[in-house]
Amino acid sequence: MAFTPSLDTAPSLRGVEGRAMAGASPLLRRLRSAAPVLPFLAYVAVVLGIPTYIIATLAFQTRTGHFTWHNLKVITSGGQYLLGFETSLKLAVATAVIPGVLGTVLAYAIAQSRHESFKRVIASASGVLANFGGVNLAFMFVASLGPAGVATAWLSSLHLNPYDHGWTLYKFTGVAIVYMYFQVPLMVLVITPALNGLREQWREAAANLGASRWQYWRYVGVPVLLPPVLGSMFLLFGSGFSAYATAEALTGGTIALTPIQIGSILQGNVISGEENVGYALGLGMIVILMVSVVAYALLQRRTSRWLRS
Amino acid sequence: MTLPEIGDYFLSEEMMDETPAPVVATRRRRRPRLGRGVILLIAALYFLVPLYAALDFSLKNLQGHFSLSPLTQIAGQDGFTGAVLLSFKLSVTTLVIEMLLMVPTVIYVHLRLPRFRRVMEVITTLPIVIPPIVLILGVLQAARPYIWISSSPYLLAVVYVVLAMPFVYRSLDSGLGALDLKILVEAARSLGSGWITTMWRVLVPNLRSALLSASVLTLALVFGEFTMAQLDNWITVPVWIYNTSSNNPHVVTAIAMMFLLAMWLVLTLIISLDRSHRRNKGRLQ
Repeated sequence: MAFTPSLDTAPSLRGVEGRAMAGASPLLRRLRSAAPVLPFLAYVAVVLGIPTYIIATLAFQTRTGHFTWHNLKVITSGGQYLLGFETSLKLAVATAVIPGVLGTVLAYAIAQSRHESFKRVIASASGVLANFGGVNLAFMFVASLGPAGVATAWLSSLHLNPYDHGWTLYKFTGVAIVYMYFQVPLMVLVITPALNGLREQWREAAANLGASRWQYWRYVGVPVLLPPVLGSMFLLFGSGFSAYATAEALTGGTIALTPIQIGSILQGNVISGEENVGYALGLGMIVILMVSVVAYALLQRRTSRWLRS
Repeated sequence: MTLPEIGDYFLSEEMMDETPAPVVATRRRRRPRLGRGVILLIAALYFLVPLYAALDFSLKNLQGHFSLSPLTQIAGQDGFTGAVLLSFKLSVTTLVIEMLLMVPTVIYVHLRLPRFRRVMEVITTLPIVIPPIVLILGVLQAARPYIWISSSPYLLAVVYVVLAMPFVYRSLDSGLGALDLKILVEAARSLGSGWITTMWRVLVPNLRSALLSASVLTLALVFGEFTMAQLDNWITVPVWIYNTSSNNPHVVTAIAMMFLLAMWLVLTLIISLDRSHRRNKGRLQ
């Protein structure tokens, strides 16, 4: 591998090179010490950088390659694309906040368990379910909460069939419920280290000072946990905002979400003259997600001041 | 992902809230347990009912009788073996590139460029910022002029490496953080082993559990990835499931369930191995 040359904890083994290095300028030295990470950087630059650059430039071009604001105007001037962003944002916020709170409560309940094997099973289940999604997940929910699903039949026998009240799995709330299936485990996964970082001494100190349980949570627990919980919610926001496969498989592409609109454009369903609108939509998604990741990083930094996770 | 035993002291601390210990203790111990039970019950219902429903659906034939025939029909499905083979090839390729790229880099950064860790952290969060659907849009456009690239399924593997980076980096980073890396490396080097030997015979065995969980998450990702494969027109397992679902929903749901359960079992096994491994080490010290 490329990292072999400059890693010399035992300089005598490579005497000639070592002497040559001693005379080199500091800049060259720094470049050499950075050399082993270059393959990684190059890989990311090619596979992530070039496509992103292409999207950003094509968003401002017509099909024939001329500069234009048209694509941006199309997606911001109302109509289906703006509605898509609106629905996507609503869905992402809803499936970040609600699973964020539920996931924290659930993670706390699990962390309190005395059974190691139980925690182990939950940890692996969270790992699997957080990455679960797409077609398989959609089918599971069609089989349980679809019009002929098992849970629907149970609810129906209780005279609570949601389909009698106009609810359907294939619209906004249905999709949100399905998204929770991977968002809650994701939250459990990312918030558990922070919960484990709540130090015993803090509770003892609070108790010694005469604090009640409520006071402990009000003045110690919640303020310490708030940054990591909010930060993790931004992560959930990103995951919900960019999810495509689940909604596509569940609704067959009928729900107006930005990722689904991009997919549909990519498959050729587009009005002539608007071929590059897909790139503008992609750029819009990147900008929105960029903001949320910066927020996540800032909150994470605040967290690390308090918690050694 | 490991959850230390904090349950014990959280429960015992309930007793410290008020001074007359014994009476309060019994009263207090009940309440959080009840709340916890309710929370866990609701969560279990939400997560298990869809699983049950899918299993029930896949194992019942049209007459509503229980039958295992969907399971035996899986292998004979049209195009299924091809899809599994493609997914398998992609996952192995992804895994090999991922490990060759990430393991040396992360080890080097830990050993020699600790300040670069911040940058690595930011770079490995980038795949979260650029959604798969947007990334594949740019990748297909970038590869269009080069037919040998755009016509190869391995283009997907190259991109999957980036998708898996956030998990793999975090797993390796925490695995390396738990090692006395410098001492291990210096010991190996002073005994005369070269870099390849040090990596392969000293560091990799010590990173076993981190590498295992990173690999499993990568495999899960490749076997479950739908967005990019569909838009690049390659029939991997999830795309095959999507395309075939209307023809034979029972068999397709059975396959989906099998994959999910297999993943869960493998991951549980790895976490358990990791645990018992660590406990043994602790006993020796």
